[in-house]
Amino acid sequence: MKKMVFPFAFASVLWSATVCAQTLVTGAGATFPYPIYSKWFNTYHKLHPQVQLNYQSIGSGGGIKQATEGTVDFGASDGPMNEKQLAEFAQKRGGQALHFPTVLGADVPTYNIPGIKAALNFTPAALAGIFLGHITKWDDPEIAKHNPGVALPKKDIVVVHRSDGSGTTYVWVDYLSKVSPEWKSKVGVGTSVNWPVGLGGKGNEGVAGLIRQTAYSIGYVELIYAVQNKLSYGKVRNQAGKFIAADLASVTAAAAGAAKSMPDDFRVSITNAPSAAAYPISSFTWLLIPSKIADAKKRQILVDFLKWMLHDGQKLTEALSYAPLPAVVVAKEEKAIGLITP
Amino acid sequence: MGMTESRPGFLGRLRSGDGIARAVVLLAAVLILLITAVILGELIVQSKLSRHEFGWRFLVTSTWDPVAGEFGALPFIYGTVVTSALALVMAVPLGVASAIFLAELAPRRLSDALTFLIELLAAVPSVLYGLLGIFVLVPILQDHLVPLLKSWLGFLPIFAGAFYGVSYFSAGVVLSVMVVPFIVSVSREVLLAVPREQREASLALGANRWQTTRRVVLHYAARGILGSIFLALARALGETMAVTMVIGNAPRISKSLLAPGYSIAAVIANEFTEATGELYLSALIELGLVLFAVTFVINGLARLLVIATVRKGGAPS
Amino acid sequence: MSFFEARKAAANVAMMIVTGAAALLTVGVLLFILGYLVWHGAHSLNWGFFTELPAPVGETGGGMANAIVGSGKALAFATLVGMPVGFLGGVYLSEYASSGAAFVLRYVTDLLNGVPSIVIGIVAYALVVKRMGHFSTMAGGIALGVMMIPIAVRSTEEYLHSVPRMLREGGLALGRPKWRVIATIVIPAALSGIISGVMLDLARVAGETAPLLFTALNNQYWSNGWSQPTATLPVMIFTYAISPYPDWHRQAWAAGFVLLMVVLVVNVVARLVLARKRHVVVG
Repeated sequence: MKKMVFPFAFASVLWSATVCAQTLVTGAGATFPYPIYSKWFNTYHKLHPQVQLNYQSIGSGGGIKQATEGTVDFGASDGPMNEKQLAEFAQKRGGQALHFPTVLGADVPTYNIPGIKAALNFTPAALAGIFLGHITKWDDPEIAKHNPGVALPKKDIVVVHRSDGSGTTYVWVDYLSKVSPEWKSKVGVGTSVNWPVGLGGKGNEGVAGLIRQTAYSIGYVELIYAVQNKLSYGKVRNQAGKFIAADLASVTAAAAGAAKSMPDDFRVSITNAPSAAAYPISSFTWLLIPSKIADAKKRQILVDFLKWMLHDGQKLTEALSYAPLPAVVVAKEEKAIGLITP
Repeated sequence: MGMTESRPGFLGRLRSGDGIARAVVLLAAVLILLITAVILGELIVQSKLSRHEFGWRFLVTSTWDPVAGEFGALPFIYGTVVTSALALVMAVPLGVASAIFLAELAPRRLSDALTFLIELLAAVPSVLYGLLGIFVLVPILQDHLVPLLKSWLGFLPIFAGAFYGVSYFSAGVVLSVMVVPFIVSVSREVLLAVPREQREASLALGANRWQTTRRVVLHYAARGILGSIFLALARALGETMAVTMVIGNAPRISKSLLAPGYSIAAVIANEFTEATGELYLSALIELGLVLFAVTFVINGLARLLVIATVRKGGAPS
Repeated sequence: MSFFEARKAAANVAMMIVTGAAALLTVGVLLFILGYLVWHGAHSLNWGFFTELPAPVGETGGGMANAIVGSGKALAFATLVGMPVGFLGGVYLSEYASSGAAFVLRYVTDLLNGVPSIVIGIVAYALVVKRMGHFSTMAGGIALGVMMIPIAVRSTEEYLHSVPRMLREGGLALGRPKWRVIATIVIPAALSGIISGVMLDLARVAGETAPLLFTALNNQYWSNGWSQPTATLPVMIFTYAISPYPDWHRQAWAAGFVLLMVVLVVNVVARLVLARKRHVVVG
């Protein structure tokens, strides 16, 4: 018995040393980039076992709120913080909420129409009309006109939207506000809006789930959720008049124009981009990192992770249907990392 | 309780350890009071912004618009009331009838065994009911029950409109299954507490089982059974997880039970962690206060009714 | 038989049929629920469920080892918080309180019991999470512990109350101080009831999800110590159930099975503990 004590003690000290040497950094926010963040944090943890980046997808609204309250170490959102939220952050946490773009993604109109697997064409008017509750049947002329040859059923459209505060919502309504004056005045832009019609699902996951089990439904999710769940998604007509499907090329095209004139705080909207090849409902998504981080270990971890993300991390995006950041933006972000101080 | 302490005098009590014992348990009691006061206090304080902004209007406005900063509780109150009422409409007849069977008709051992089983079900966590709701109930409703319902009763406004699976109706059905065990368990206890003399007297006068049950036993136990219903109601009102998984999360008021809706507990669960802006958060907390106030009243009534009947039943006090 | 008597007899039979059918339906539905949960849940289990951590989003495999441990830790903390306060409060109510104080305490305990679990979650967020500056197992444990208090008080009081006066008076007659009588005579006499009460209490809060949403959050990794966010079974079930991934659905069922088994076993054992003691005391 006595002989066992020393090795046991040594082992437990070693164990507790390794375990205690792990640092947990918690973040929460957007469900839009959750698949790629989940992949990144998992991969990074394998590379650096001492680092645990725990990310919870509670919605962009939650990411903004909890980052502001300081209950998480970083947030994530696809709707950039507005002036009021930035001011609240500065007042509660001191320093600024730095926005670091991570990937480019797209909101796609995804639907479940039994018998129709094809990608439908949607005009801005069709989308606005559906979500405002004006267009209620699938065989409405505004949809049928642009989908010749598709036998659209005479069924009611079931609209699905987010029930939680969401950047995915932000991107969607930001686009609708740009293409529909009625939407802009009646509903407006935000992470949580007063939806005229529809069922609410929690997170991109919840919306995809609802669409999957509800026939004749339509909703909006980030591209990867439609792909991973084999949901049909449609093409949207962009400003140049072409019906474009969301993919790496079209999303990158949407960001091309904005990349050159990227503001210093990276808060920019790229919906309804003018380029002919652009997918009109694209968006950057941001990590919200406080500019003042007191804990030295956590600060170093976040700085190191950002650097990894901007290079090695970008290589993993395409497999999950997210477009990598333009080089110009990457360079700008590397400089911005210097703004993170104690 | 009729027990006096050993040595009189403060020092005497202290020396014998009684003073410390008393202090310790008193501390626990005070702590309980404190915790409850703090909870209530937090609710009241944190909802102040919303209460001052909206006043009583809050309870009757149906707009829930975070962008515009307009918050009204009506859709959630409506959804909470409708789903709970629906749950009771289904659970009460079933539960009371089952309790009558178990208390009056079934042989004692069968009754005990079945009651044990039913009470076990009261222990099933609500998130599991939600799980069953999403994957079992909703498909059954969508594919079988609701089309049948609509073919018979579709002309009624409460069954009008399309059914998407998630709805007031689905939530009501899930809730009814969750509260039936409470109704059965408490009603059965209350019925069993009716003194035998009452039953025997009735039977001696020539009434049969049915008449005895209806005229004598139920009459006696009515208040207690009502109490069990209130208990079930309180449970249904506060239920969060099972409801949010099948109600549809749509902050609107609809006449049709087949439409999606929202409840107070569900909206708090969905929107609390992300309510940016003090007014938004305050409105959600005010909803919590409203829910608490309502469940408190119902619980209080339940307790009064159940106690009144059990005591009257002649249990030695 | 006169018409009146025939009608009585018919009503009698009808009552038996109707109530019997109701009981059958109730038990049938509830048996179906239990059976489905058990069957589907057991089917969905695999070894990895108990030993692995969650896999990245969209990938199959992985498990809920951390959620199982996390639930255990949160419940352990809850018991530490809720049981002593509830137990001692029950002792006070049964042995020390004047009728006025007892009335107030019972009223307040009822008030606490009536607080919806989601509201407890909100308050725990405001008072613990925000003050501490992060989500944590401790915050979750405190929320669950507060929920345990009212039931602990009520059941402790009930079982102490049921101990016959004779036992107390006997102890006092021997000259023992009151606290000793309570500690060495009354409580042990009521012990099986109190223990069964604790177990039922624990089983009840084991399945609570709402209070954990805003306190313990969630965690992909092992949660070290008490001040880190942690995965817990109920929250994982909720998160996975509303997702679109079939493998996550499978894991939600598996987790549901584990949770259900724990709750049912504790319930059954608690009742057995109680039943056994009852037989002993009656003599």
